[in-house]
Amino acid sequence: MSAATAARAPTHTTETAPATPALPRLLAGIPAHGAITLERHLALHGELPQRSRRRRGVRAQALALIAEVERAGLAGRGGAAFPTAVKMRAVAQARRRAIVLVNAAESEPASRKDRTLLALAPHLVLDGGLLAARAVGADEVIVCACESAGAGADAVAQAIAERARAGGEEAELRLRTVPSHYVASQESALVSHLNGGPAKPTFTPPMPFQRGVAGRPTLVNNAETLAHLALIARHGAEWFRQLGTPAQPGSALVTLSGSPVGQPGVYEIEPGASLASLIDAAGGVSAPPRAALVGGYGGTWVGAERLPDLALSSERLAAHGATLGAGVVVLLSQLACPAAESARLARWLADQSVRQCGPCLHGLDALAHSLEQIAAGAGGAGADARISRLASLGRGRGACGHPDGAIRVILSAVQAFAAELAEHARHGPCQACARPAELPLPARPIQPAAQQKASPRR
Amino acid sequence: MSHRLRVNPIACEAHGMCAELLPERISLDEWGYPILDEEPLGGELLEHAIRAARACPTFALLVQRERGGRERSG
Repeated sequence: MSAATAARAPTHTTETAPATPALPRLLAGIPAHGAITLERHLALHGELPQRSRRRRGVRAQALALIAEVERAGLAGRGGAAFPTAVKMRAVAQARRRAIVLVNAAESEPASRKDRTLLALAPHLVLDGGLLAARAVGADEVIVCACESAGAGADAVAQAIAERARAGGEEAELRLRTVPSHYVASQESALVSHLNGGPAKPTFTPPMPFQRGVAGRPTLVNNAETLAHLALIARHGAEWFRQLGTPAQPGSALVTLSGSPVGQPGVYEIEPGASLASLIDAAGGVSAPPRAALVGGYGGTWVGAERLPDLALSSERLAAHGATLGAGVVVLLSQLACPAAESARLARWLADQSVRQCGPCLHGLDALAHSLEQIAAGAGGAGADARISRLASLGRGRGACGHPDGAIRVILSAVQAFAAELAEHARHGPCQACARPAELPLPARPIQPAAQQKASPRR
Repeated sequence: MSHRLRVNPIACEAHGMCAELLPERISLDEWGYPILDEEPLGGELLEHAIRAARACPTFALLVQRERGGRERSG
């Protein structure tokens, strides 16, 4: 996949800091090959603001930085869009020495933005991690990269080594790899993994900010979120807000993929930009898409008729029940069968359950089964009603948000593909059903039997 | 101060004791896992809730105090 910005031209011409509020920001000055070196990074963006040498000064700086993040309106870019300042404040208030986790686990199969950011601009991410450490009083920053993010993890390791040679780091920087299964990137799963446990979500409280890695208060922020922080600390909240929308300020990384896309890859966009402009930046499409999956695999299907007017901002996407989520946009081609694709996705999501919580394990399986039955023309009259009932009963009943995301995307399929699903329910599979899947559905390691959960009632 | 029910879904193994002891607030889904009514608990119902939490074989049912208070499982 290629990495570029929706405003492509400046990518190759920007030689100095992006003091202008325009695009590209995070992807400014990326070289044709490899990552931005420390020297080039400093030439592009300048040094970080000096850290106070006095203890009271450090505290005042931390509070001021969090206040600036709040004014900037920075929200998490891992999918949940939680206000970053609120998270930071919670960790900063804890008494014990904190730890910062840079979450680049990126287990969304159609997302490449975090590994791309690590591979191209690792120093921006490390700056963000160090600034977050200042904000919450941490002495350690751990970058969690997905085990399948080879070039990204390598670039971070090199960047950490470059900084060690340069000296003078204010916090320890470390790189850890994490398993690539779907829920491994969830905050509490990351913490559990780093504490030597399985990479599975845990019951909260305690939340990571209360008791996280090594029992210490832990701030977990997405890698892109922290890269934005690195620029906010340099240029300020006003500068940050000069791009984007009131509810979604700043720029955003988006991974655009799908078989119709000319140049699938990671693009930096201004929230509010039209899907059409993003597609143009990506070399156009071979034919009008059949549908789009927006946000992530726990996101929202949007049908073809709504795509021409689709704008990529939380305000505009809300009208379609969607969010930009982790910045994922996948286009389905006209050749794909939406019924088959959405049923396969539902089954894949059910299989991603780590089988800890009964309602997730059994509920997602039952939902996937119902959608599969409809797509196969074997659903009978009650299948639709069963999906609505299972969905309304299943929400909020897992230890993590996985069942909620799966339910959301299944309900969006029922809505966006109502006609196709009705057609399949009546006549069974169509010709396109037999085509190979367009959505990538990576295989996942099989769970050891001992960790599987079975209801004693059955 | 008010109290609410919560379940630890990782610990829950669908024994169903809670629904037997507190049918006013807890029903079971088709696999036997509890569906909670999370309205505040008061008076006698609170006592029943605490008894149900104590009876849970996996200590998965929690009676939580509002306002970020500590939870108690009986």
